[in-house]
Amino acid sequence: MSAVIDTAAKPEVITFTEAFSRALHDAMEMDPAVITLGEDIGDEEGGGIFKVTKGLSTKFGTDRVKTTPISEQAIVGAAIGASLAGMRPIAEIMLMNFITVPMDQIVNHAAKLRFMSGGQTHVPITIRTRTGAGAGTGGQHSDMLEAWFAHVAGMKVVVPSTPADAYGLLLGCIFDNDPCLFIEDQLTRTQTGPVPVKGEIIKLGKAHIAREGTDVSVIGYGRPVRDAMVLAEKLAAEGISVEVVDLRTVSPLDTETVLKSVAKTGRAVVIHEAPRSFGCGAEIAARIQESLYSELKAPVLRVASRDVTVPFSRVLEAAYLYQASGIEAAIRQTLEKRAAR
Amino acid sequence: MNKSFTPATLLEIYRKGRLINLIDERFRGLLRSGRLAAVYYSPRGQEILAAAMGVHLQQTDYLVTTYRGIHDQLAKGIPLRPLFAEYYAKATGACKGKGGPMHITHPETGVMVTTGIVGSGLPIANGLAWASQLKKDGRVTLVTFGDGASNIGAFHEALNMASLWKLPVIFLCQNNLYGESSKYAKCTAVDNVAERAAGYNMPGVTVNGNDPEAMWRASGEAVARARAGEGPTLLEAKTFRFMGHYFGDPGAYIPKEEYDAHLARDPMPIARAAVLSSGAATEAELAAYDDEVNAKIDDALQFAADSPFPDVSEIDIDVYGAAA
Ligand SMILES: Cc1ncc(C[n+]2csc(CCOP(=O)(O)OP(=O)(O)O)c2C)c(N)n1
Ligand SMILES: [Mg+2]
Repeated sequence: MSAVIDTAAKPEVITFTEAFSRALHDAMEMDPAVITLGEDIGDEEGGGIFKVTKGLSTKFGTDRVKTTPISEQAIVGAAIGASLAGMRPIAEIMLMNFITVPMDQIVNHAAKLRFMSGGQTHVPITIRTRTGAGAGTGGQHSDMLEAWFAHVAGMKVVVPSTPADAYGLLLGCIFDNDPCLFIEDQLTRTQTGPVPVKGEIIKLGKAHIAREGTDVSVIGYGRPVRDAMVLAEKLAAEGISVEVVDLRTVSPLDTETVLKSVAKTGRAVVIHEAPRSFGCGAEIAARIQESLYSELKAPVLRVASRDVTVPFSRVLEAAYLYQASGIEAAIRQTLEKRAAR
Repeated sequence: MNKSFTPATLLEIYRKGRLINLIDERFRGLLRSGRLAAVYYSPRGQEILAAAMGVHLQQTDYLVTTYRGIHDQLAKGIPLRPLFAEYYAKATGACKGKGGPMHITHPETGVMVTTGIVGSGLPIANGLAWASQLKKDGRVTLVTFGDGASNIGAFHEALNMASLWKLPVIFLCQNNLYGESSKYAKCTAVDNVAERAAGYNMPGVTVNGNDPEAMWRASGEAVARARAGEGPTLLEAKTFRFMGHYFGDPGAYIPKEEYDAHLARDPMPIARAAVLSSGAATEAELAAYDDEVNAKIDDALQFAADSPFPDVSEIDIDVYGAAA
């Protein structure tokens, strides 16, 4: 993000929801091959339950913007098929937990057809979905399941942490030639950030140094990166210099940028919202220690949510969810530890 | 669509069916002798239905088929060399040896997806058909699947969506009366899969898939309907598979009387006799056709055998493409 902010004027900002929506409008305008489908997404149905698709069907017609039955396999399958015939479909899966239904289409087909066909076909689809704990939506409407997809070769997984990134990365997904899973956070959807440049695509597969620092690298994606940015500011006042690495694309992972950062700081804290065990953080931590063992000044730490079902009660949900205070504690811990040589 | 079923059409169907038949025989021989090592789901017994559908399709039409799909692929016009080389896991295979028999793809002849996941092709076929509808390119999409596949949820989702959207797609259920070792009636609550079409407000047609004329008529109507933009059809072709589920399946679950009754109605010799009695070809001409096909098979087998295996570097290729 490199928006110049004029402090005299009220800085122009947009919400995540506006950013997602703008990306869809602009992509459909940029390329007639871009089409979209999902439950309730048409204007007759109110433009989607999160309003991200509002206005699309009126502007681009109900042939290109299709409201579907509640049929997740058929939704993803139709996106795959249309992509094989040269389209760039965007399939909306209303909430991430519902993606368990079309797993066959995603894992066995979208991710593999390029490879299994020896490159004769490919599947340039984007699956937009939404999730995130903290809104009291309970066990079946809150899960971050990104690790499942990061584990499947051929899939790309993208999680934005600012509205401007959301815009550029969603365009990146739509115009990428591989199947992309784009995860929108339901908790921060009304939060704002600087406005993106119209039509500016953020290429996938590249991490972003969201804040430069020298003492410790905090590596993550999505909502926790926003927490890390706030923390970094706070810790700077104490003389602790935190570098924040926003992966943007979870998979394929930009190992090079991660390693470069940790080689510089010698300390790493890996953060994500998904439960800790077998999460993406374990993979990132493993890659760091495989390459930088002798340069690490402290063990690589992970901050993540608990290994339980997301509970309903706010009290329990808060206990489930990773906490910014946990990220702060982990940062301090890495600074205390001396790596055993 | 030409409504009269001429001897010439019968001959065309027979020839397509015979091509499938001869290749299947050759493959089973190679598998038995160990000269070919591949998973193989023989289409023996289902040749005529694929051929009678195939004569209605253009090269540019799309096909989505299954592991038991070699008859569909051949009826669609896939060339033998890349097909055989893929069975042989060679670099010259249609998919460079990376897909294998269960995942044959050949876009040039419209063979877009071959899947090993029961029922999963139907939703994808809808998408191909949706693209054709948007582009108004006049193509139709044929998706084939077994009787067993009609019991998986994707079938229901796909038929409902195709009907709602009036997609140019033909759902061809090849009802060979078994899914692996389970009998049709034990797994399916209706006598005919096509009855289910009523639930999707689309035409459902049950036909003897082994009867060239009946299959040709029903296929022609379904293809014409799709091409005219009138929407999908669920076409159920009743048939039987003589070689069990997979190559090597002893088929102990099929009662002998049942098997013999089907064998007595083997569609290939019946179609051959019909061609001869129709006057469309003589014995000598059919023998010459067999020779011609066998020569093509020899050529493709030689090509496959002579071709190199893929270079190991292929492992990292086609995982992801270049960004747009
Ligand atoms: C989703 C799924 N479940 C189970 C299987 C294992 N399986 C492979 S073929 C088959 C039988 C399918 O029967 P049918 O649809 O009638 O097709 P046929 O083999 O008779 O042509 C089964 C159960 C599979 N491949 N995919
Ligand atoms: Mg069957």
